[in-house]
Amino acid sequence: MDNRSPYIADAPSVSVIMFKVLLALIPGIALYVYVFGLGVIVNIILASITVVLAESTILAIRKLPIKPFILDGSGLVAAWLLAVSIPSIAPWWIIVIGTLLCITFGKHIYGGLGYNLFNPAMVGYAILLISFPSIMTHWQIPINLMENHIEWLDQIKIVMNSHLLSKETIDAMSSATPLDYIKTQLTLNQPLNIIQQNKIFGFLGGKGLDLVNLGYLVGGLYMLKEKIISWHLPVAFLASLFFIALIFYSIAPDTYASPLFHIMSGGSILCAFFIITDPVSGPTTPKGKIYFGIAIGLLVFIIRIFGGYPEGVAFAVLLMNIFVPLIDSLTQPRIFGHK
Amino acid sequence: MELKNIFKFNGGVHPNENKSLSSSLPIARLPIPKTLVLPLRQHVGHVAKLKVKVGDQVLKGQIIAEADGNISAAIHAPTSGTILKISEEIIPHPSGLPDFCVTIESDLKDKWIEKKPIAWKKLDSAALIEAISSSGIVGLGGAVFPSHMKLKVNQNQSIETLVINAAECEPFITCDDMFMRETADEIIQGTLIAQTILQAKQCVIGIEDNKIEAYQALKKAAQKTSIEIKIVPTLYPSGDAKRLIYLLMGIEVPKEKRSVDLGIQVFNVATVAAIYRYLELGEPSISRIVTITGNVQNPQNYEALFGTPLSELIEAAGGKLNKTQKFIMGGPMMGFDLPSINVPVTKAMNCVIESSPELFPSPKPVMPCIRCARCADACPVNLQPQELYWFSKSSQLEKAKDYNLFDCIECGCCTYVCPSNIPLVQFYRYAKSEIIAQDKAKEAANTARERNESRLARIEREKKERAEKHAQKALGAQEKNSDDEKKLTIAAAMERVKQTQQENIKN
Amino acid sequence: MITALLVMIFLAVVLGLVLGYSAIKFKVDGDPMVARIDAILPQTQCGQCGYPGCKPYATAIAKGEADINQCPPGGDAGAKALAELMGMEFKPLNQEHGEQKPRAVALIDESTCIGCTLCIQACPVDAILGAAKQMHTIIASECTGCELCLPPCPVDCITMEPVLENSQSWKWKYPVYNIQNVSKA
Repeated sequence: MDNRSPYIADAPSVSVIMFKVLLALIPGIALYVYVFGLGVIVNIILASITVVLAESTILAIRKLPIKPFILDGSGLVAAWLLAVSIPSIAPWWIIVIGTLLCITFGKHIYGGLGYNLFNPAMVGYAILLISFPSIMTHWQIPINLMENHIEWLDQIKIVMNSHLLSKETIDAMSSATPLDYIKTQLTLNQPLNIIQQNKIFGFLGGKGLDLVNLGYLVGGLYMLKEKIISWHLPVAFLASLFFIALIFYSIAPDTYASPLFHIMSGGSILCAFFIITDPVSGPTTPKGKIYFGIAIGLLVFIIRIFGGYPEGVAFAVLLMNIFVPLIDSLTQPRIFGHK
Repeated sequence: MELKNIFKFNGGVHPNENKSLSSSLPIARLPIPKTLVLPLRQHVGHVAKLKVKVGDQVLKGQIIAEADGNISAAIHAPTSGTILKISEEIIPHPSGLPDFCVTIESDLKDKWIEKKPIAWKKLDSAALIEAISSSGIVGLGGAVFPSHMKLKVNQNQSIETLVINAAECEPFITCDDMFMRETADEIIQGTLIAQTILQAKQCVIGIEDNKIEAYQALKKAAQKTSIEIKIVPTLYPSGDAKRLIYLLMGIEVPKEKRSVDLGIQVFNVATVAAIYRYLELGEPSISRIVTITGNVQNPQNYEALFGTPLSELIEAAGGKLNKTQKFIMGGPMMGFDLPSINVPVTKAMNCVIESSPELFPSPKPVMPCIRCARCADACPVNLQPQELYWFSKSSQLEKAKDYNLFDCIECGCCTYVCPSNIPLVQFYRYAKSEIIAQDKAKEAANTARERNESRLARIEREKKERAEKHAQKALGAQEKNSDDEKKLTIAAAMERVKQTQQENIKN
Repeated sequence: MITALLVMIFLAVVLGLVLGYSAIKFKVDGDPMVARIDAILPQTQCGQCGYPGCKPYATAIAKGEADINQCPPGGDAGAKALAELMGMEFKPLNQEHGEQKPRAVALIDESTCIGCTLCIQACPVDAILGAAKQMHTIIASECTGCELCLPPCPVDCITMEPVLENSQSWKWKYPVYNIQNVSKA
């Protein structure tokens, strides 16, 4: 006898939730391919293969059933997020190492699905950024900005084996990100409006990058509609980033980029809808989500402006992950009938 | 039907109703069974005190066990017959353990004892409560709390509002729905009686918007009264008394308080009708409406005498179908597996669902909690089920208590929406019963400690007294007291016992 | 170099003061140790630990004279709780003192009882009613199941009846589900 009421249930499975997250990434990825070419697809494929092989091995070692934990899709979500976060022209072993780090040190070392303290994708990303700073800050420029037309095969070549291409070709393909560029140019005492006349700047953020971010935004709205994520995190994060950027921008528009630029550059949108919304490593209470989002927004801005790195999403998220248990315990909602 | 002035509580779920299954046919009456088994504990509180012995002849409606103390309820013979045995029988309880029951062999004459309607309007409150305490009426919504206790008027807190619970939010169950359609008059009469006894200023009936026919029947019956009938949206668990009060009035009743403390009293529709029948017709609580539904030939509602074996109910509904695996008492959200089909119908049995794999598929594989907080969104009490799960699972019972485990109403919404298919409610039930058992053990240990300490103190005192007596004797060697001698012998005996005791310890 | 040293010394002094202050300010005035240990012990008063009752055993533990694993009714769980309280390593129950048995209460076979009152004198919690030459009976709700009444009985009319679960004392079990799909619960 297994007195197990309720006898009925109506819930999407963990797999369905995770695959909907992957689905929500598709518009962003499609626009990424449209703007930058196929490099990101190669990275996603490499990441997917790595994550499945690595996770199966770990599960086998841990004597856990492999099928349900591969099919839950959480590993794939982390791997895809990492793949879209790194430069699309990074050599193949970057994403392979990154994914391995992400799945071992980000996830299974804590006990696997549901037990990780830190966002796995950001663990992988942060270790990569610290270990390979040069590779991790060399980004491809949009295809239509390149002086020489490059073949789609070249893009695959550059990921799989950069020696196959001449150094000039590679250099012609890459540059710093807009955030990085602003940072270095500001140290040369250039005013911001001059800096932003560079060809890598677009209408809202980096040229092409803003389009990709719009793609992520569409995916994010889809997840909101499907109730995969709640509004608290993205809204709190974007609002806090917007307002702190607004304050600085209104004080010194020559030194600080506009709030909209901050939101549409770097990983802001991806962070708002896909990264901080990882349920396992984030807070669970509505109030906690708002505080968490606000804190990350502030930290991202602080790291971007005052830190050593041009982008601060990964570090901001990892730092705040530490505070999640505290945030949760301090933001318990009022229980029915309680004062 | 308009929904106005409704206060929505957090969460809740919308399971498939499946109510039309059993609501197409009118309530049928079960034939009188050959034997009836009446558990002595069919209510919350003290077990009823037996008033009959084996071999006694009883008439329908005769008391066979009376309420023991305030929180207890009487048990009446549901039909006339002979007391066959008084023994432990399997009762409808999730434990599957037996409890004391009275078995009546019916004489099939169904002969009533003389019915004595009560001139309740002329009685004062105390006498009335006394009279109702032998009616055997308990909350028929499933809580089975003795009703006379709920009719008591508190000196400090007058009752403002009487709420009649007609929500019946669990899927499959239609016993209240059908009862309202067919017996609306009695319900309204009973409501008015309860309102008068409680001196409640107003009265609201809360009904879910999926019971239109019942609503109309009540509306018609209540035409000339001041009773307000309020429709609440269909949302599980709106039938939970505290949720219903909030829906209707926007008042949150805290866990440690009862609604009466805030001037609100709640009765189920069937309960007020039973009060009417007892006071006006002199008929005690001997039967109830039971829904039998699910994987059954003829899902329907039956009026069944308490003590009727479940097997007869199943037979009446067309017998057990092929794929029926087990029987569930209550609804699919909060019910439990019945240990046997021979259990009797009791005051708490509102519904029996024949379960088949198609109806209730076996649970999907359980995955780890991903902290998605869907459970928190669904929780009508606004708890954080994912935290409670974490603490219950690791048996950190103190922590679970700190996170208000005992506010949980075990409605099952969290489990219903869990993507990882974790049986959350079961963890809470486990943790709760573990905490209760530990508290009981602690209490027992404290009593034992006190008793031991007072015993040691007594021994000490006696020793001292003896020593004093000795001293006195040595001092004056006055008149010999035979008492002293006696005490000496006793002391010697005590000493011996102590020695043996110590030897025993050493062994 | 000197500055660094001074900074470190300054920090050390400040932190030390803060720690010292908070140690005094937020001092926990707990119950005396004996009472806290006694609160964990099951109060069976059976003496199987080698001491004439729970309190003496608690006193002995507090003094460091007795080990924490000598209480069979408390079992491993009790030893664990004591280890936690005392900040000691957990030790499983010492079998020399007896085994943990399911809870039981004494029952006097009233037809055999000769009314000698020996058991009454042995009962540590006064749970036996009776007088000389009168039949004795046990108040089951007060009986701790210590078995101290068994040896003195000259006619062996006392037996230990295990306390069975009934529908009131029944507990919901820890949920066990499909093992294939879940890591160790």
